[in-house]
Amino acid sequence: MSTINYSEKIPNNVNLADDRALQRALEQWQPNFLSWWGDMGPDGSHGFDVYLRTAVSVEPGGWAHFDYVKMPDYRWGIFLSPGDAQRKIHFGEHKGEAAWQEVPGEHRANLRRIIVTQGDTEPASVEQQRHLGLTAPSMYDLRNLFQVNVEEGRHLWAMVYLLHRYFGRDGREEAEALLERRSGDDDNPRILGAFNERTPDWLAFFMFTYFTDRDGKFQLSALAESGFDPLARTTKFMLTEEAHHMFVGESGVSRIVQRTAQVMNELNTDDVAELRAAGVIDLPTIQRYLNFHYSVTIDLFGADHSSNAATFYNSGLKGRYEETKRDDDHRLTGQTYKLLDVEGGKLVERDVPMLNAMNEVLRDDYIADSVAGVNRWNKVLDKAGIGVRLTVPHKAFNRQIGTFAGVRVAPDGRVVSEAEWTANASAWLATPEDRAYVASLMGRVVEPGKFANWIAPPPMGINRQPIEFEYVRFN
Amino acid sequence: MRSLHVGERTEAESVIMNMPAAPLEVLRQHLIDPEICIRCNTCEETCPIDAITHDASNYVVKPDVCNGCMACVAPCPTGAIDNWRMMSKAQAYSIDVQFTWDELPPEKPNGDIEDASRLASAQDSVSAQGAHIAPRAADEPAFDPQALMRGSIVPPWSAARPYVNLYTHQAPVTATVVGNYRLTDESAPRAAPPAPIHHIVLDFGSMPFPVLEGQSIGILPPGTTHDGKRHHARQYSIASPRNGERPGYNNLSLTVKRVTHDHEGNAAAGVCSNYLCDLKKGDTVTVIGPFGSTFLMPNHPNSHLLMICTGTGAAPMRAMTEYRRRRRLSGATGKLMLFFGARTKEELPYFGPLTKLPKDFIDTNLAFSRTPGQAKRYVQDAMRERAADVAQLLKDDHTHVYVCGLRGMEEGVLQALQEIADAHGLRWPALWERLKREGRLHLETY
Repeated sequence: MSTINYSEKIPNNVNLADDRALQRALEQWQPNFLSWWGDMGPDGSHGFDVYLRTAVSVEPGGWAHFDYVKMPDYRWGIFLSPGDAQRKIHFGEHKGEAAWQEVPGEHRANLRRIIVTQGDTEPASVEQQRHLGLTAPSMYDLRNLFQVNVEEGRHLWAMVYLLHRYFGRDGREEAEALLERRSGDDDNPRILGAFNERTPDWLAFFMFTYFTDRDGKFQLSALAESGFDPLARTTKFMLTEEAHHMFVGESGVSRIVQRTAQVMNELNTDDVAELRAAGVIDLPTIQRYLNFHYSVTIDLFGADHSSNAATFYNSGLKGRYEETKRDDDHRLTGQTYKLLDVEGGKLVERDVPMLNAMNEVLRDDYIADSVAGVNRWNKVLDKAGIGVRLTVPHKAFNRQIGTFAGVRVAPDGRVVSEAEWTANASAWLATPEDRAYVASLMGRVVEPGKFANWIAPPPMGINRQPIEFEYVRFN
Repeated sequence: MRSLHVGERTEAESVIMNMPAAPLEVLRQHLIDPEICIRCNTCEETCPIDAITHDASNYVVKPDVCNGCMACVAPCPTGAIDNWRMMSKAQAYSIDVQFTWDELPPEKPNGDIEDASRLASAQDSVSAQGAHIAPRAADEPAFDPQALMRGSIVPPWSAARPYVNLYTHQAPVTATVVGNYRLTDESAPRAAPPAPIHHIVLDFGSMPFPVLEGQSIGILPPGTTHDGKRHHARQYSIASPRNGERPGYNNLSLTVKRVTHDHEGNAAAGVCSNYLCDLKKGDTVTVIGPFGSTFLMPNHPNSHLLMICTGTGAAPMRAMTEYRRRRRLSGATGKLMLFFGARTKEELPYFGPLTKLPKDFIDTNLAFSRTPGQAKRYVQDAMRERAADVAQLLKDDHTHVYVCGLRGMEEGVLQALQEIADAHGLRWPALWERLKREGRLHLETY
């Protein structure tokens, strides 16, 4: 059993004490991390006692240990899923060879890039969300926000461990840089676009955790297949934590939809002005938020045609989602995949070598998973007897990366003129007015068991606690 | 899933109720709430025995695989995982049905086993008054799981706390074979050669593998099934006491019967039993577990053990007996009474060592059902012959009853216990209820 050693400064299950140089390096990074948390972590929260989940072991029984913790005292540490000494690389040209326990020289640059890119998203989202605590719709939601934040912090630790342990001086410099970039900063922004967008309100937060943290799930799942075993084991454990973030998003939007549907029924109206007067978020606004977050997030999977993605797969660095559960040769040479392209003002499909389409393969898996959750929101509407349906827009809609960058495509997949786009953009994407309205709803509700008017209570509390449990003590 | 037998009827009751005598098996069915679940795959990833699967719409639990180990419950981020329904096994929701759900079906106030609850109350009224059968009314108190179980769902109060699921499919442990002995006599009658029974000792080296008597472990046989899937784990009861087959060593023993025929008597080689019986000293095996948190022995020194077993069902009895034997000098004064059945003397595992145990330590009663020239004799026949002594034990609040062996014996043993109790002025329905609730009646049949 991999018990986590909590007697050390940095909790870990990687025998950190046996590697003095590494331990010292990480102990030097630790105060910088805490200082970053102090500056950029949740605003005004440092003295709160928060009912948080902390991993005490990476076994199923051990990683969901709940207790009150002050967030700056959270035991961020280094936890890897249990190893398998027999593990083999199971895709790409090295298929069947033993998984790597050290970084192979020829893949060093690529692996470092993958790890830095993943690592950069973790502190970025904490920065994006740092003011949300001031407008929480309930104590329950406030606690969930903080849980997401501390676990993003731990995910940063997970990536920094890999950088320090396996990438020498370059790795240490990258680890410092992860604390220096800032989300939305003009001079030193975070690496990926979606992580420089603002998360100004709780609808945006729930959409972000639903869509963008789901990108995290798919990226981590692909890395959990990696032939570089420490990366696979690290990301595997991160996935168990990531699930909570998607839960926050999915249930958050679901509860907003539920509340809106309830008021629509009470007032017997779908009139936006009436619903806004009643203080709930109308479904068209929810749809426009959805369109925005969905399209920004699917850009995160990268260009649809990518030789880097082919290299990552073929060399065993990054697999597909559920690689081991797939029935094919796990090499994919000679196979093709259908990509969308624009030809004569229309979207057309063309076959490309599958290896070059690996980003698109992962994006399509992500889309299927996202759509399934949106359909669960629709079930809430269905149950309330409301005929409106939320949908994800076409995958070519509002894209900034890949073939569709600069092409205007409507949510239904029609290529449209610049004029038509301009005329309709405010119906398709959340407008400043939408955001101002949602912002106007964001008052702080933190009395145990009370919820803001625009969101329904959850069906059950955290860790079997009642909904009115005191999840945060403000002291 | 180890199914729990409840509310089965005696023949007499079947006649009264004019219903077929087919046993009713009850399942505490594990379900996932599709309205709360976010399909994050954490449960499927966590499950040590691959009991959870999904389609495009739902995550579901296979009723025939889940063993209720709870490994998936804490990791679930939503709480959707923690739903349980008492079901008759025949009416358990299949995964195909679960795939179609938008929400959990409404829970019936008396559980989902109408027949079973009716039977349970029928049993009470029949046994208590020998008369009228009244179905449970809808407004009676909430359904009680223990009432449906034939045995305890709690351990004895003085049992040691077990460790469970330390090793899983995803992270199993390797053990080394340090002994593999054939227990049964090779000179058995040639006409119907019995399947040999082996005593296999596994050593865990420096890896922790703490166990208690009555627990079991899972063995992952190597190789794959015809359709290329990994073999599922096979469960074996531990035959050695907590401090090792050899005291002070990190080892344990198993009692394994080489399976050569299926239930219909057709030739069929058991995948795991043949693998285990063929192991050589020094070979390694992949192990998961330990499992089991109720079929455990009491630890207070004046507790009595009434043990009834057949064939390889002897394993946990051997473990408990051996533990008591080692503890004997340090003041364990409780009685041990054993009823042990096999087809012939030659097929009785541990026959030799067993007959050498002092009579004042354990009261051993053997029953052979296929001894040439003699009438068939089963464990329940031996129990009836010793009715006065069995009744004496049943009267004592420190007595704990253990039954392990083939499924068919369970009914007969309970019936014998009932007859013995009734004949000695003990009210069986009330006694049975107390034994169950106090963790003093443990049934493990397969």
